[in-house]
Amino acid sequence: MIQPHDSIIVQSLGRFLIPVIQIFGLYVLFFGQYGPGGGFVGGVILGTSMLLAVLIFGHDASRSQLAKKVLHGDGVGMLIYAGVGGLCLIGGGEFLNYANLEIPGLEISARRSLGIVLTQIGVAVDVAVTAISIVFSLSAQEIIEDSLNG
Amino acid sequence: MSFVFEISLLLLLLVTAAGAILVKDLMSAILLLGCYSFFLSVVWAWMGAVDVAFVEAVVGAGLATVLFLLTLFGTQPKDVRLRRPPPPIAALIGLPLLGVLMLYAAKDLPAFGDPASPPSVRISPSYLQQSYQDTRTPNVVTSVLMDYRSLDTMVETVVIFTAGIACAFILRRKTL
Repeated sequence: MIQPHDSIIVQSLGRFLIPVIQIFGLYVLFFGQYGPGGGFVGGVILGTSMLLAVLIFGHDASRSQLAKKVLHGDGVGMLIYAGVGGLCLIGGGEFLNYANLEIPGLEISARRSLGIVLTQIGVAVDVAVTAISIVFSLSAQEIIEDSLNG
Repeated sequence: MSFVFEISLLLLLLVTAAGAILVKDLMSAILLLGCYSFFLSVVWAWMGAVDVAFVEAVVGAGLATVLFLLTLFGTQPKDVRLRRPPPPIAALIGLPLLGVLMLYAAKDLPAFGDPASPPSVRISPSYLQQSYQDTRTPNVVTSVLMDYRSLDTMVETVVIFTAGIACAFILRRKTL
């Protein structure tokens, strides 16, 4: 059971910082094609922002509900990544060869760019869910039972 | 050519690494390990590997510290058995020998940023030249990771997924 932090400074800073961190995580995730960053780092930043809410406001607060809901999404990131590969197979090419994504009106290079974006989203979802899942596994027992029972 | 920045970074790395090993209090050891990861990320950024530096700063100094701290709160913060036995003689003799061998082998590595080294002659130019026309991705690191070496990245994702599942299986079962 993670209790809420009782310092008003930590709580107000958390209220202000968590949305900023989430916006920054999304920026890192989608800016990975143009600068440093990418799916892995963006996923870790998104996951840790949700964990910060749990650590600051306790695990019963309404701000922590997002992390507990995300916990159920284990494997969705893998599904997105392998699903893009499967779509490439359906398009008539090799596994994960994004040039075979069947999207009309896009050149080959734009298709590969889109494939990079989709797989990065898959990696980010996978990493964020895994970070939250490991932290909840390491915490006390009743958190897990509560969050699994709804 | 002065190496003031490099030498001070190296000293900070050595001091924080030795401190993380030698300090008795486990909380201080975890925080020193976080400092070590942060200095290591500065080293990566200084050498031009900005993506690696980003990952090291976020994962090594951020997430891993939180995981270590949660593990510590689940156990005893002051471990009474922390006083270690002295290292065995085989390690005292063998490890310096291994270090000398590795230093000897490191002499044959290409110099840092050498334009005539085998990877920068054979495979890097084709990536650097064709990446933008092929994938419309200016960041070559991302296009190599996600497009040219996509299968590797998928298996890495499987590894992370497996780590999460294994932690859930081991830690989340009810105490018997």
